[in-house]
Amino acid sequence: MTDRKLVQTRDAYGDALLELGKANDKVVALDADLYRSTKSSVFGEAFPERFFDMGISEQDLISTSAGLAASGFIPFANSFAMFLTGRAYDQVRLQLCYVPLNVTLAGSSAGLTQGPDGASHQSFDDISLMRGLPNMTVLVPADGVETAQCVWAAAETPGATYIRLGRYPTPLLFDETYKFQIGKAHVLKDGHDVALLATGHMTAKALDAATELDKEGISVAVVNVSTIKPLDTETVLGMAAQVKAVITIEEHSIIGGLGSAVAEVLAEKRLGPLVRMGIRDTFGQSGSADELLDCYGLTAPYIADEVKKILG
Amino acid sequence: MVDGSKVKELQDITKRMRLEIVRMMGKNKPHHFGGSLSEVEIVTALYFYKLRYHASDPAWPDRDRFVMSKGHSVPAQYVALAMLGVFPYEYLGQLKTLGACLQGHPCMKTPGIEACTGSLGQGLSYSNGIALSARLTNRDFRVYTLLGDGELQEGQVWEAAMTSAARKLDHLCAIIDRNHLESQGNTEDSKPLEPLKLKWEAFGWHVLEVDGHDIKQLCDALDTAETVKGKPTVIIADTVKGKGVSFIEGDFTFHNAPLSQDQYDQAIQELETALEGVN
Repeated sequence: MTDRKLVQTRDAYGDALLELGKANDKVVALDADLYRSTKSSVFGEAFPERFFDMGISEQDLISTSAGLAASGFIPFANSFAMFLTGRAYDQVRLQLCYVPLNVTLAGSSAGLTQGPDGASHQSFDDISLMRGLPNMTVLVPADGVETAQCVWAAAETPGATYIRLGRYPTPLLFDETYKFQIGKAHVLKDGHDVALLATGHMTAKALDAATELDKEGISVAVVNVSTIKPLDTETVLGMAAQVKAVITIEEHSIIGGLGSAVAEVLAEKRLGPLVRMGIRDTFGQSGSADELLDCYGLTAPYIADEVKKILG
Repeated sequence: MVDGSKVKELQDITKRMRLEIVRMMGKNKPHHFGGSLSEVEIVTALYFYKLRYHASDPAWPDRDRFVMSKGHSVPAQYVALAMLGVFPYEYLGQLKTLGACLQGHPCMKTPGIEACTGSLGQGLSYSNGIALSARLTNRDFRVYTLLGDGELQEGQVWEAAMTSAARKLDHLCAIIDRNHLESQGNTEDSKPLEPLKLKWEAFGWHVLEVDGHDIKQLCDALDTAETVKGKPTVIIADTVKGKGVSFIEGDFTFHNAPLSQDQYDQAIQELETALEGVN
C-alpha cells in the first residue's frame, strides 16, 4: 500500500462539492464555524451566495438546512461528525428524516483519527446514531475517489444522507473507472478462509492484512462496505456462506455500526462465526492518528492476528 | 389596514374556531387545550387576514409560509385549514387516531403543514431556511412563525434569532404566544423569560407588543412588521392560556389534559353562548 497516493477524504469531499456546485445551482452548503477544516470553504469561496456560515450552532444549522430543502434546495450541512450527529440528533431525526428531505450531512474529522483533540471530538457512535433513523442513508467512503462519488450520489438520493469523512491520509484504492453505487458493497479481493468486511479507511488496512496473509497461505477476501445503510445483504450473506468466518472492521464502536449491521443479517440467516473489530465500548483519548489506531487495535497486524485467531 | 367590518368578521371566526377546537378534542382524552385556545386570534389573523395563500393550492410556490413551531398547539391550525377548505372537515374528527391525517404534532404529510415540529425550538431555524430560499430565488413571499413562550427556553431559538438578525431577514416575522404558562407551571418560575422585549431587541429584532386576543392589534402589528426593513420583526402577543373557556383559562394543568363529561359540556355551552348572534 506504500506506493499509493494518500488523500484525506475531507479534501476529496471539498473538491467534489465544488464540482457539484458548478453542475447544480440548487446545491447550497452550510457550516458551523469549521469550514476551513471540513473543506466546505472550497465551495464557499466559489459560491459565496450559496454558502452559509451559521456560526457555532449545529442545531440551527440542521433546521435551517431543512427549511432550505423544503423550499427546493439541496443543502450540504457540514461540521465535525460528532457535533453534526450528536449535538443536532433531534433536529436530524424530526426535520430531515420524519418526512424525508434531501439534506446531506457531511460529518468531518470522524472517528479515532480525529486525533489529538481527544474524546470530546472523536465520534465512535455517529454511524450508530444515523443508522437507526428511518429515511437515512449512511455512507462511509474508503478513499478519495469513492468520496467524490458519494457526494454526487447523495445529492441525487431522496431523503437524508450521512457521509462520514476524515482527516486521516488514506491510500487511493480506486481509479476513475470505479463506479460507486449506494447499497452495493465492493469485493476488492476474493478468498475462501476468512472475509474481511471493512468500511472507511479500514478497507486499506484490511487489504494490507490480506496481502500479508496470502503469503502465509491464508486466503482472505476483502469487501469494502461503504454503504452501511442500506446494507448490501446479498454480498454480505454470499461472502459469509463461502468462508469459515467473517470479521468486520471499522473505526467506530462495535455497538451500532458496521459490525452490528452485519451481525443482524448473519444472525437472521444463522451464519457465522463473526468477529467485530472496532472501538470496544470505550471513549478515545488524545494522540496521533497512527498511535491511536495502534492503541485501539485497528492496524493491519491486528487484523491479521484476528484472522489467525479465528481460524485456530 | 384592517377595517371595522373585517375585525368583526375575524372575531366571529375566532368564536367558531374555539368551538371547533374543543369539539374536535372532545371529552375524556388528553389534548393540548391551553395553548390551542390561547393562540386562536393569532392563527385567525394570519390565515384569514394576512397570509397570501390559496386554499386550493397549499403548495403554491409564492404562498406566504406559516410555520407552527409550538407544534403541540397545532389543533387551532388544523381547524383553520379545515375552515379554509385545505382538507375536509371530517378530518377534524379523526385527530390523533390511528391512520389519521391529523397527527398529534405537525407532520408535513398533512396538507397545509409547512414543517415537522413538536420537539420545541426548531421552527424558527427552519423558517430562516425558508426565508433564505426566498432570497436565493428572488421570491417575495413572507414567512411567519408561531412560537410558544415556554419554547423560548430552548437554546436553539436564540441561535435562530441570531441567524435571522445576522441575515437581515426582514421578510420573516415571529409571533410569540405569551400565555405565561408551560406544561408544569409559570415560565417565570423555571427559567424566567423577562425582560422578554429587551432580549429580542438585544438580539437585533424589531419588537412589537400587542394584546394577543385583540384581533385589530394583531392585524395592525402584522401590517407594521411588513414595513420594517433590514431586520426581522417579532410580535409578542400577550395571551391567556386556555382563553375562551372559563375554567381552563390560566390553569396550566390543562396544558395537555382530558375534559370530563361535565367539563366538556360546560366548555361547549360557554363557547356556543359566545357564538350566539354570529351568522
